[in-house]
Amino acid sequence: MKPYLTLLLLALVLCCSSAQAIDPLPFKDRAEELRFQLLTKQLRCPLCQNESLADSQAGVAKDLRQKVFAMMQAGQSDEQIKTFLTDRYSNFVLYDPPLKGGTLLLWFGPLAALITGGFALLLIVRRRARQAVVVSTTTASEEDW
Amino acid sequence: MGRLLPLFGFLALFALLGFGIWWNQYHETNEIPSPLIGKHAPEFTLPLLDNAQKSISEQSLRGEPYLLNVFASWCVACEEEHPVLTQYAPQLGVKLIGYNYKDQPDDAKRWLARFGNPYALTIADLPGSVAIDFGVYAAPESFLVDASGVIRYKRIGPFTAQIIEQELKPMIAKLSSSATP
Repeated sequence: MKPYLTLLLLALVLCCSSAQAIDPLPFKDRAEELRFQLLTKQLRCPLCQNESLADSQAGVAKDLRQKVFAMMQAGQSDEQIKTFLTDRYSNFVLYDPPLKGGTLLLWFGPLAALITGGFALLLIVRRRARQAVVVSTTTASEEDW
Repeated sequence: MGRLLPLFGFLALFALLGFGIWWNQYHETNEIPSPLIGKHAPEFTLPLLDNAQKSISEQSLRGEPYLLNVFASWCVACEEEHPVLTQYAPQLGVKLIGYNYKDQPDDAKRWLARFGNPYALTIADLPGSVAIDFGVYAAPESFLVDASGVIRYKRIGPFTAQIIEQELKPMIAKLSSSATP
């Protein structure tokens, strides 16, 4: 029974992975395909902005996938491809926007909020602890009485 | 003071929420700011829609400003925009050039025959490859290009009479004032 189950699972996995490829592109090997998939997952479709280039069915996403593929064939690096796209579609196409003046808040805003919140919590806890000590000493002295 | 602190916190959050609502009313969050504004329009050579033998290049368009309007017969919002463009085209003072995007030429010709043709000329980009250089991701989109070939303004989505009056016309006026120093 067990080998059958493994086979079934394997078949499932295989069929799912092939379903991921939206348009078949003539990759020369598995490494190139993986590089393409990794790269297009990091790029955002400009039309349907909650989807990556890898997932989107939009016409422009298909064109951009083909462009990325063509640039890979031409020997361009991932950085060159990203620059090509941001030159035309701005940083919106990157899921990881570069660190610069305009994106400082985006990168460090959450950290700043966390630190501020942490400090506030620390202050409150300390104050409560001090009050608790005062209360406990007064109750203790009352009991002594 | 200490007892008012939660109130201030609440008010700060409330203000942030209010700002978010206000911001979204006046800003289209799906719009991608074009990095091409202030830069030279990309080089291209594309065939004319009604005469595929003849092609138009970016260089041949230089010398006078033009409004490049990306449209397609499959684009519903273009149908909405078309009468507005047709109405305003003669009074804009710049050449209106159609950019047929990822469209079958026959469909586009039929579409123009049906809704009217306000374009001085129409170029066709069936594969949509030049459109990538322009940063086009949907239709309609429009680019205002000045006489030296620099993109000065981009509109994503359909033009309405209000947007033409409030955004496009002032931009065109700025073109002519900077052209005659």
